[in-house]
Amino acid sequence: MLHEVLMAGFGGQGVMAMGSLLAYAAMLEGRHVSWLPSYGPEMRGGTANCHVVISDEPVACPLVTEPTAAIVLNRPSLDRFENSVRPGGILIYNSSLIDRAPTRTDVRVVAVPANRIAEELGSARVANMVCLGTFLALTGAVSASSVSQSLRKALPVHRHDLIPLNEAALERGAQLARAG
Amino acid sequence: MQRIFGRPAALTGIPFHYCPGCPHGIVHRLVAECLDELGVCERAVGIAPVGCAVFAYNYFNCDMIQAAHGRAPAVATGVKRVQPDAVVFTYQGDGDLAAIGTAEIVHAATRGERITVVFINNAIYGMTGGQMAPTTLVGQETTTTPRGRDASYHGHPVRVSEMLALLDGAAYVARVSVHAPGHVNRAKRALRRAFEVQLENRGFSLVEVVSACPTNWGMTPVEALRWVEQNMLPYYRLGEFKVPGQGEA
Amino acid sequence: MAELSLMKGNEAIAEAAIRAGCRFYAGYPITPQNELCEYMARRMPEVGGTFIQSESEVAAINMVYGAGAAGARAMTSSSSPGISLKQEGISYLCGSEVPGVIVNMVRGGPGLGSIQPAQSDYFQATRGGGHGDYRTIVLGPGSIQEAVELTMLAFELADRYRNPVVILGDGMMGQMMEPVQFPDGPPPQPPAKPWATTGTRGRGSPNIINSLYIEAERCERHNQRLQEKYRRMEENEPRYELVNPEAEYFLVAYGTSSRICRAVVGRASRDGLRVGMIRPITLWPFPRAAFDRVVERARAFLTVEMSAGQMVEDVRLAVEGRRPVHFYGRTGGVVPTPQEVLARLKLVVEGRGGES
Repeated sequence: MLHEVLMAGFGGQGVMAMGSLLAYAAMLEGRHVSWLPSYGPEMRGGTANCHVVISDEPVACPLVTEPTAAIVLNRPSLDRFENSVRPGGILIYNSSLIDRAPTRTDVRVVAVPANRIAEELGSARVANMVCLGTFLALTGAVSASSVSQSLRKALPVHRHDLIPLNEAALERGAQLARAG
Repeated sequence: MQRIFGRPAALTGIPFHYCPGCPHGIVHRLVAECLDELGVCERAVGIAPVGCAVFAYNYFNCDMIQAAHGRAPAVATGVKRVQPDAVVFTYQGDGDLAAIGTAEIVHAATRGERITVVFINNAIYGMTGGQMAPTTLVGQETTTTPRGRDASYHGHPVRVSEMLALLDGAAYVARVSVHAPGHVNRAKRALRRAFEVQLENRGFSLVEVVSACPTNWGMTPVEALRWVEQNMLPYYRLGEFKVPGQGEA
Repeated sequence: MAELSLMKGNEAIAEAAIRAGCRFYAGYPITPQNELCEYMARRMPEVGGTFIQSESEVAAINMVYGAGAAGARAMTSSSSPGISLKQEGISYLCGSEVPGVIVNMVRGGPGLGSIQPAQSDYFQATRGGGHGDYRTIVLGPGSIQEAVELTMLAFELADRYRNPVVILGDGMMGQMMEPVQFPDGPPPQPPAKPWATTGTRGRGSPNIINSLYIEAERCERHNQRLQEKYRRMEENEPRYELVNPEAEYFLVAYGTSSRICRAVVGRASRDGLRVGMIRPITLWPFPRAAFDRVVERARAFLTVEMSAGQMVEDVRLAVEGRRPVHFYGRTGGVVPTPQEVLARLKLVVEGRGGES
C-alpha cells in the first residue's frame, strides 16, 4: 500500500500539523513514512504545503509530484495542485473557502465544508482535522485510534483539553465521507 | 648570592623576536609575572592571533593557541566554556582587536565571557609594515595615510576601552601605558586585577596597553616613548573605566 | 534500539550530536537549518553542555576551534552563505589539526540565492572551500536515519584524524521528517587527547595549537604530513551504496537527489530497463571503487544533482573515460522530479544522451 498525499493551504490553516499527525500515526502503525514541508519566507499567511508518503516499503522519494490524494484548504492550492492528482486518486477540497468546483472527472472529488463544520464544533482551527477525517475514512491509510494516539503525543500536555474537539472534527469529516 | 631578578617561570626563555625598543617584551613579562604570582600558569591557556605577537606561543610557558586575525575572543570563548577552570587570556593588537575583530571583542565582552584580554594599542599595523590602524591618531603618518590621518577622509581613531566599558558584561576595563617605570608598575597592577576578576568569575576583563612602535613610527626608542606621552596619552586617557560592581545587573 | 521518533533532519542531527558526546555548539540563525540551532539551545543545558548563539558565522567556527582545541566534541551548523563565512575557520581547523563537525544544510545560490534545497556547495565542501591545501571528510546522508548515523560517525572520524568533518545536507534533508532510532546507551567516550590545550597541569611542556610555520621548508613538511593523513582517509573512509550492481545504466546521486533517483530506479525497472544507482555516502573521499565494480558491465552513467554539475566531475574522474558520463541537474533550489529524471535517463538509453 502506497499513499502519496499532498496537503496545501494558507500558512496558519494547520497544513503542516495535519500532515505530521498523519505521518506520526503511520509511524505508530509500523509503516514507512516521510513528511516534507514546503513554504515561503513568511511565518504566517503565505502558502504552505506538505508531502506525506506512507508505504509498506522504505520510502524512496519523499517528494510527492503525482499525489494519490490531495487535500486543499484554499483556492490558490486548488488551482495549483488540481491537475497533479494521479488519475483515480482523491481530491478533497475545503468548500467553505473555495469558490469553485474542481473540474477533474478522472479523480474522486470530495467537497468538505470544513470551516463551517469546524465552527459548528466551536473552533475554525480544526477545519484541517475535518478534512483529515474525510481522508482517513476514504483511504483507511491509518486508523482513527492511531491518530488519537498521535494527538496525545503531538500536543503538549497543557493542550490535551483540545483532544476531544480534534477527535470530534475527525469524526465529522469521516461521517461526511461515509455519507458521500 | 641573593637572586633579585630573574625570568618569570611563565616565560619559556626563547629570545623575543621583537624590534629594538618594542614594548611587547615588557608586556609579555608583566603577563607572565601575573600568571606566576597568581599560581595559575598550569591552568592558563593563551590565545595569540595574527599580529606582531603571533609567535607568543613560543614565549609563554603555558598552553597556547594561535588564532585567525581578529578571532581570538571567539576562540577564547570556546576554550573557557569547555574548560571553565582554565585561566584564558588573549593577546591582541589594535588592528586585530579594533578593526577585523571588532565584532568578536564586542560580543565576548557583552556576553561577559570570563576571559582576560591584553590589548596592545600602538596606533599602527606593525607586522605588515606600518599601515593605518583603527587607533592611528588624527594627523599621524602611516604608509596608508601618507599625508597624515584625516578624520574627514579616514575616519576617527577608536577609543576601545571607553567603548567596551559601556557594556554590561565587561567587569574590568583599564587603560595603562608602559612608557615609564612608574607606568609599568601601574600596568602590572591592572593586569593582575584583570586576571583576578576572571578568577573571581566576575566577567570580562580587558587591559589596553598604550604602546609604541619605534620601527614603524620611524623614531628611536626614546623618541617613541616621548611621542607616546605627548601624542597618545592626551587622546587615550589612562585609568580604570570599569571596575567590578560598577554597572552590574 | 530505542523507540522510533519522527524527527526533522535538523533536529535528528542535533540529537545525534549530543548522543555522540558533543558538548559545545555555536551557531547563527539561517534558514533552512534553524531547527538545529534551536534544538541545541533547548538540549545542551540539559546535558551540561554549552550552546552559544554567536555574533556571526565567523565567530561560531572560531568558538568551535577553541572548544575543539580544548578537547571538547564541538559542532557548528549553517546553510550556504553562512558556510562561506566559516571557510577561514575551517582552514584553521585543518591547518592546526583541530577536530570539529560542521553541518551545511545547502540552499540555492550563489549570493543570497533561495531558501530551497540545493547541492551547489559540493565543490566548496569537497575541494576545501578555504585557503590552502586541505581536505575535510564530507558525509552526504540520504535519509534522516542515516543522518543520525553519519553525525555520530562524524565525531568519531574528526577525533580519529584530528580533522574537521562536514555533513553536507540540503534544505530538504534538514526539514523533512522521517522515523529515526538512536542507539541506546551512554555516549561513546571520546579518545584521550593529550594534545589538547587544557592547561599544562603537571604535563610539563605546553601544548600548542598552531597552523603557522613561517619557514617555507617547515611549512612544506607540515603540509606533507597533512597530505599523508588525507591519503589514509582516502584508503580507509570511502563509503557508498550500490543499488542493482548488475544493472546496465547507473544513476549517480547523493542526498536528496538520491531519493529522487531511488524512485526512478523502481519506475525504470517497471518499464523494463536495467537501472542501478551509485550513491556516494562520503563525498570526500570520493568512492571511486564503486565505479570500478560496475564499469565493465555498465553502458553509461547519468549523474543527477541539484546543481549545474559539480559531483559529475568526480564521476568522470572515477570512470576515466571508460564509459559515457551524462548529467542532469536542476539549480537554484528546484528539486528534480522522478518523471523528468526518468525522461532524461530514457534519452541516455536510446543513445541520445545529449551533452555528456
